[in-house]
Amino acid sequence: MSANGEVLVSVRGLKTYYSIRGSFLDRLVGRTGAAVRAVDDVSLELKKGEVLGLVGESGSGKTTLGRTLLGLVPATEGSVEFEGKDITRLSEHDRRLMRQRMQIVFQDPHASLNPAMTVAQAVGHPLEIHGRASGREEIRMRVADVLERVGLSPVEQFMDKYPSDLSGGQKQRAVIARAIILNPVLLVADEPVSMLDMSVRAKILELMLSLKRDFDLTYLYITHDLATAKFFCDRIAIMYLGRIVEIGPSEAIYEDPKHPYTQALLRAIPEPDPRRTIPRDLPRGEVPDASRPPLGCSFHPRCPKAFEVCGWESRDLKELLERRWSGLSEEGFEAERAAAGPVEALDVPATHVKWQAHGGAHGGDLRGILDRARESDPAEPFWTGVRDVADANGALEVDWFDPVAPRLLPTGRVEVECHLYDDEALAEAAKRRESRIPR
Amino acid sequence: MSAVLEVRNLRLWYGTARGSVRAVDGVSLEIDAGSVLGLVGESGSGKSTLGRGILGLLPDGARADGEVLYKGRNLVGMSQRDLRRLRGPDLGLIFQEPMTRLNPLLRIEDHFRETLEQHESKLTDDAIRRRSLDTLGRMGIPPTRFRQYPHEFSGGMRQRIMIALALVLRPSLLVADEPTTSLDVIVEAQILRILADLKENFDTALLLITHNLGIVAEACDHVAVMYAGQIVEEGPSRDVFAEPKHPYTRELLRSTISLDTKELHSIPGAPPNLITPPSGCRFHPRCPDVMRVCPARDPIETRPAPDRRVLCWLHGPESEIPPGGDEPAERQKIAVAEEA
Repeated sequence: MSANGEVLVSVRGLKTYYSIRGSFLDRLVGRTGAAVRAVDDVSLELKKGEVLGLVGESGSGKTTLGRTLLGLVPATEGSVEFEGKDITRLSEHDRRLMRQRMQIVFQDPHASLNPAMTVAQAVGHPLEIHGRASGREEIRMRVADVLERVGLSPVEQFMDKYPSDLSGGQKQRAVIARAIILNPVLLVADEPVSMLDMSVRAKILELMLSLKRDFDLTYLYITHDLATAKFFCDRIAIMYLGRIVEIGPSEAIYEDPKHPYTQALLRAIPEPDPRRTIPRDLPRGEVPDASRPPLGCSFHPRCPKAFEVCGWESRDLKELLERRWSGLSEEGFEAERAAAGPVEALDVPATHVKWQAHGGAHGGDLRGILDRARESDPAEPFWTGVRDVADANGALEVDWFDPVAPRLLPTGRVEVECHLYDDEALAEAAKRRESRIPR
Repeated sequence: MSAVLEVRNLRLWYGTARGSVRAVDGVSLEIDAGSVLGLVGESGSGKSTLGRGILGLLPDGARADGEVLYKGRNLVGMSQRDLRRLRGPDLGLIFQEPMTRLNPLLRIEDHFRETLEQHESKLTDDAIRRRSLDTLGRMGIPPTRFRQYPHEFSGGMRQRIMIALALVLRPSLLVADEPTTSLDVIVEAQILRILADLKENFDTALLLITHNLGIVAEACDHVAVMYAGQIVEEGPSRDVFAEPKHPYTRELLRSTISLDTKELHSIPGAPPNLITPPSGCRFHPRCPDVMRVCPARDPIETRPAPDRRVLCWLHGPESEIPPGGDEPAERQKIAVAEEA
């Protein structure tokens, strides 16, 4: 796996937003809807001949990043330089030329082959579309060569078959054949083995590695599976909610993961080792909605190590209450909810909230709820972010420290976007601890 | 421990244009009360058909033979009406796709009401709400969301709701068919944690159907390995993973890509079709240890240890192997493309 240092793809400040259409009324008055920040300010380089793993959960933006890289989805901001040209600014004609140099393999081999085309037609189609072969005979010969190369031999047995006659692994081989028939330099592989059975995954990965050697390919391997990525990739980029939170050489990431999210991902993988059990201290909840990302570090609501500067806010209070109530008796819950009112009122991205007491309760009653919550779990990181709690006339004003935006900084052999490794953020947190208004 | 469910020589098959598919072919199993049994196999091994067959949920035209004993009654051949009465309060099922199993037009509250009214008609409204909220709370779903609709929940939350819906009736056995396959790895681990804790919290036995050996290792007390419609090996998961007896189990473990994987390994060939499976041992065309007896005679189940069983001639019985039968046989060449 040699990466000779020559940069093939250079991504700078890339943002890909999908706009959510607002209501009819919104459009009538010219208000634009919200946007899903699928890729939110990503910079990275892909060196010629390397395999870069883009790892994240669903909703992390890894697939959108891969597609923006190929020009299949328009970039909102930033640039993607491929062989020295910015593909976000290419004309349709130039983009078509460029596409012959970069290809994609999708996750679902059943869905990426046209059921009405034979294997030979499907695999030869790119040659036809791009006018890269003269006549049927040449196409058929080139198809035969490439099928042989991906292991679909004897070739005659497969050429005239339809996708429905093939097994999952065979289909994925045909898809790979179609992707390499134009001799691309870059292959984006989006979860190429995750729909396949265990006993086949290794074969497809081996095929991809041997093709890489023979054709001098560069891979962007998009996956949620850190186990296959470990085997396959030279470098790994971990994505969370549109951002790269950790990037570095594979060995470094697996030996000594820095970001709490990377650490959690690695611990959550079920290993075929019965001496292990499923960990109990996993991050709670799920990847949040990318149209309303948490303040500060996007991972803070789930992070077991979050602290003063990570971006605590009103929505975290809502989740804290909901978690608390799912463990209370019905009477306990009803009593607290009667005073707290509908939690939707807290569902705003704000570092200051005036939490109205309901049903004749006072601010003091709300403070009582908070005190009990804190007593039952004093180690909960949420409390580090609370600057002040003050009674205000039938309401409770809760004030959090301002969020500090995390920065991707070099740490040891990797780069990581986490305040735990940022001296300035650590100093700011220490200052805040001192300044906190005593309860 | 006593078995909550006993399967004896169960056979399930259904007809197709090309012949009858023997999806489950002579399976015997026991699930102890409060334990977790992992049923592992590749796609097409018959594991899902077995899971459904146990609950009597088979497509029209499917046929069953053998015994599924639950509390002394044989579920095979039982009337649909009696089966329906058992499903829910006694035998629960959790599917892979939580979204497609919840009614998008019904609030979560109504799902629970419908389930409880169906099976425990004497419950008052108040008791229904209490039971539902209690079960949901244990799954980590806050009571504030009781009146919301399925689309307002994330994938992991929906699966928690599905599990709560099955558990609210306090079944003695829960069949979970790939319950975490469509979920992300952290959420998957959260759900597996809940399932592995069922015995402490609900005293429910679990049949966990999966293709992922990692899940079996971390969440299951026992494991049954299925290949081409048969259980080829069964035993405590700790022992089976430490020292697999069947070559298929061993090869499957080796080909699983985990964080400890040093080199890639795969099993040549593909699982056979179940219309005309290979003669003798069904794994013999792919087996690295194939002997002359393997294609010639059906393997006989043996017990290499008191709590383990295996279906492979390597473990005898010696008396049934004809002279020279234990000599290695030439394995037929399998083309790279002859694969799954």
